[in-house]
Amino acid sequence: MIRVALPHHLRALAGVDREVHLDVQAPPTQRAVLDALEASYPALRGTIRDHATAERRAFVRFFACGRDITLESADDPLPEAVQSGAEPFRVVGAMAGG
Amino acid sequence: MSGVRLLVGTRKGAFVLTSDGSRDEWDVKGPLFAGWEIYHVNASPADPNRLYASQSSGWFGQILQRSDDGGQTWEPVGNEFAYDGVPGTHQWYDGTQHPWEFARVWHLEPSLTDPDTVFAGVEDAALFRSVDGGHTWQEHSGLRAHQTGEHWQPGAGGLCLHTILIHPDDPQRMVVAISAAGVFRTDDGGQTWRPINRGLRSQELPDEDREVGHCVHRIAMNPSRPDVLFMQKHWDVMRSDDGGESWHEVSGNLPSDFGFPIGVHAHEPDTVYVVPIKSDSEHVPPEGRLRVYRSRTGGNEWEALTRGLPQSHCYVNVLRDAMAVDGLDPCGVYFGTTGGQVYASSDAGDNWTPIVRDFPAVLSVEAQTLP
Repeated sequence: MIRVALPHHLRALAGVDREVHLDVQAPPTQRAVLDALEASYPALRGTIRDHATAERRAFVRFFACGRDITLESADDPLPEAVQSGAEPFRVVGAMAGG
Repeated sequence: MSGVRLLVGTRKGAFVLTSDGSRDEWDVKGPLFAGWEIYHVNASPADPNRLYASQSSGWFGQILQRSDDGGQTWEPVGNEFAYDGVPGTHQWYDGTQHPWEFARVWHLEPSLTDPDTVFAGVEDAALFRSVDGGHTWQEHSGLRAHQTGEHWQPGAGGLCLHTILIHPDDPQRMVVAISAAGVFRTDDGGQTWRPINRGLRSQELPDEDREVGHCVHRIAMNPSRPDVLFMQKHWDVMRSDDGGESWHEVSGNLPSDFGFPIGVHAHEPDTVYVVPIKSDSEHVPPEGRLRVYRSRTGGNEWEALTRGLPQSHCYVNVLRDAMAVDGLDPCGVYFGTTGGQVYASSDAGDNWTPIVRDFPAVLSVEAQTLP
């Protein structure tokens, strides 16, 4: 079971008020988690990854175990603590503006 | 007694304002979708409970919301706006070619007869249509594929398709407007389009009467006389008496002919409203006085409407989609400002009252006349 922590606006859009729990085929990767997230919450399609390119939207970043893993390969296994459910996979709206 | 429902889009959410036919007291609901930019909320003329809202954010992109109960509850519907085929390029600000990239939905125009059919005008300029209540969207690519498409250049706000007028008697005919490409018309339900900009003159252009490139800000019509169109261009207020085949200027005695919105009285097709703005450099009312100007002669002769509007130290703007009229008698006129006020007049503009004073910057106002 993978825990996913979403930013406020995406929680509202998905209709959830806390972390999302997902069953993801092993080994869980960024791509697999996002695929599972969008399958469970179709309203999130296009909000984290662009519809046309499937690329991460520019102001969205991913964190795990206190580390920014945004630029790591989407197909790399996530850290062990995320795989075990000890730590969440965090989707973060990047700070921008003043 | 019938009533009015105002659908207000702002930089930080949507609001629904309702009143009975007296339009004296207003109930304010919102913010809906708090924190998101709501470029437009509009209602189906065929079903007053069917609403569509364009919700967007620089972080999370475009969302389309739909309500089937007059705005009490909402559900996200389809948000995939895929250009048809290979998108190609249009002209960028510096004259180079730039790929077409979807940014957001500026304007939603539901069909006059079918609640499940709705058109979306988007940036980069294209027209999309949904026939399943917003779940899926298909581009009317004949517009963007027009031979002039690669020469279209964005206005300061982006290359946006912001106006969609459906002919009330001939659903095959539509007029759309794009900043800064101009006006286009289809007579075959959106398969083919042609520019209808004859008579427009724009000093910003190297050849000021060219076929495309005009920064049209807004077009309005009265459905009882659909071949008469009124336009607020970047500079100039224009009128067409032949469905857009030709245009002539009716700015007349306006203190400035720059502005964004334009509206037409619901029962008097020669009564037109604009909000003059000082210039494209300053985007504020002339002399710090917020005035709606009304012409009862279809243009050229304009009178300032000031009662209830601030006449000193006012430096707000009124954006292109932020003015609307209701269908009651006397006609109600409404507009929202970038300072967060929504003003209402229940007597065709003679007197104005702020319904709210402290909303986020208002992007759009639509008025629904309820049975």
